[in-house]
Amino acid sequence: MFTYYLQLGLRSLRRNPALTALMVMAIGFGVAASMITYSVFRAVSGNPIPGKSAQLFTPQVDGWGPQQNLKGEPAEALGYIDAMALMRAHEAKRQTFLYPVQLSVMLGGSRDLPLNANGYAVTADFFSMFEVPFRYGGGWSAQDDDARASAVVISGKLNAKLFGGADSVGRTFNLGGHDYHVVGVTSQWNPRPRFYDLFSTNGFADEPDIYMVFSRALDLQMRSGGRNSCRGSLSYTTWQGYLQSNCVWITPWVELDSPAEVASYRRFLTNYAADQQHAGRFGWAANVRLRDVMQWLDYEHVVPPESRISLVVALGFFLICLVNTIGLLLAKFMRRSGEIGVRRALGATRREIYTQYLIEAATIGLAGGVLGLLLTAVGVSGVGILFRPEIAKLARLDVSLVGLTLVVAIIATVLAAFYPAWRAAHVQPAWQLKSS
Amino acid sequence: MLKMTHLSKVYRTEVVETYALRDFNIDVKEGEFVAVTGPSGSGKTTFLTIAGLLETFTGGEYHLDGVEVSNLNDNARSKIRNEKIGFIFQAFNLIPDLNVFDNIEVPLRYRGMKAAERKQRIMDSLERVGLASRAKHYPAELSGGQQQRVAIARALAGSPRLLLADEPTGNLDTQMARGVMELLEEIHRDGATIVMVTHDPELAARAQRNVHIIDGQVVDLAEEPRFHAHAAAGNRE
Repeated sequence: MFTYYLQLGLRSLRRNPALTALMVMAIGFGVAASMITYSVFRAVSGNPIPGKSAQLFTPQVDGWGPQQNLKGEPAEALGYIDAMALMRAHEAKRQTFLYPVQLSVMLGGSRDLPLNANGYAVTADFFSMFEVPFRYGGGWSAQDDDARASAVVISGKLNAKLFGGADSVGRTFNLGGHDYHVVGVTSQWNPRPRFYDLFSTNGFADEPDIYMVFSRALDLQMRSGGRNSCRGSLSYTTWQGYLQSNCVWITPWVELDSPAEVASYRRFLTNYAADQQHAGRFGWAANVRLRDVMQWLDYEHVVPPESRISLVVALGFFLICLVNTIGLLLAKFMRRSGEIGVRRALGATRREIYTQYLIEAATIGLAGGVLGLLLTAVGVSGVGILFRPEIAKLARLDVSLVGLTLVVAIIATVLAAFYPAWRAAHVQPAWQLKSS
Repeated sequence: MLKMTHLSKVYRTEVVETYALRDFNIDVKEGEFVAVTGPSGSGKTTFLTIAGLLETFTGGEYHLDGVEVSNLNDNARSKIRNEKIGFIFQAFNLIPDLNVFDNIEVPLRYRGMKAAERKQRIMDSLERVGLASRAKHYPAELSGGQQQRVAIARALAGSPRLLLADEPTGNLDTQMARGVMELLEEIHRDGATIVMVTHDPELAARAQRNVHIIDGQVVDLAEEPRFHAHAAAGNRE
């Protein structure tokens, strides 16, 4: 019977074409507005590392005190002293410390101008903790960290520029005036939001070009290529002075697999801060935080408020469209009371009438979904009017959004048809046939 | 085949109760052709809709083909309508968007019949009413008489035990009405049980038996001669 009802539904689209067009437009515009704003919201609010977001934590230690901290919250990154202390303690199964670097890359020969390369100085566990995919090779080892090795992992994009996309593991190139050997080439990897560095980015930067050994970057006295946040009057003039200052610029991450490990690490952080207080370095009680990925994204307000607001407004608009659709469906269905009476007289049960009209609504929803899809495609290319460019460019019409648009349009229209179809199913056949 | 005993139908509002049928008794045997007559508002159509399980009744008993129907749910009533009853309406009640073939197919679809059997039955019933060549026409492309023949074909396609006809010639001119009536007589000769509501005494006279309804009750015309004149006046309903 489903095919029969579908045929009746498609045939019915041609009946009352003005009424049908109104409903298709209401659904099309409503679903398009929702999907356009959702495409942005999805890009900025998704879980960037779904398999591990609950096991990855960023520790915070308040090195500034209640007079200078962020309304009671510790700084969003660590200074050198605290970072090194946590690194040496190595209380977690895996840990990584990172900060952004900017370097110039010398291309082969002297024909071309150097390229600017953005990347990170990281420790060895970075690649395994964050499940970085590799096209060639892999990350480096903890021994490389200790040896301050001149190892580097480069992106597929940079590999294409430097080595024509070939397997470049073992090859050497000049980076900021020093030679580095390639140990790995990543596949496309740029989690959005960039949860591991919300201190220096808004979470939506382009894919990094390079990853270099953290200890080597320190050896070369490389300053952070991103944010550097300090408190009070700054008196340092040397690199050592900078490292001993209260400036924060290093983002730490630890991997903790169980609630027991999380509790244990939290105790360790508290004890560490208390020790610093007893040693006279901190003049305040221990103030630490340990947030997982999603808590960190939430704390950092990664989802832009305009994205949330526009989604709510669009959903409200869609709801109004659906309320109108309910009225239009009611009018369309009840115009056919006579036909319903005949069908009931010929043996249709109420359930069969109900099903027929729900499937008819689904065909209208499908037509609305197709229109919505076209409007979404147009709208996605124009979201720059509403959002900042780096956010707007994240909106795109992919297969999942195409499917979602059609499914939402059909389901929403079927839901809107519950009451009109119920009314249709309860038409009294005797009255209809007497009146005709 | 159709037996109503002390059946009543009351329409209630907050202030008034209106009896459409009161202490209504009728017994139609299998294979009978019964004409039901009566003035406007007498309850003829209410009787027919209750007989066709399109409406419930307030009191009494109704046995259809040996089954007491008062406690049946919507599904069971729909199944009986689909399998045992064929309807012929004054206004034909064909679905305008469907062609002749598809209109006749409607009750067979609800019966869950296979496509091949549906097609066979549809073509057989169209042959019987002489419209096999019009299967792909839409109702608007047919005359009133042809539309009523299609409606009869739709009623016959399901091989019902009982045909209920409500003023089947009411919307037709004399010639077309005669043709439809001859068709009903032919169907009756083939063994069908027919109950026909009509205001036309000439048509009623062609049935095997006449039942006259007045004020929601069956009356005996032999005992109430004044009703002859009343019925002959041709009140429409």
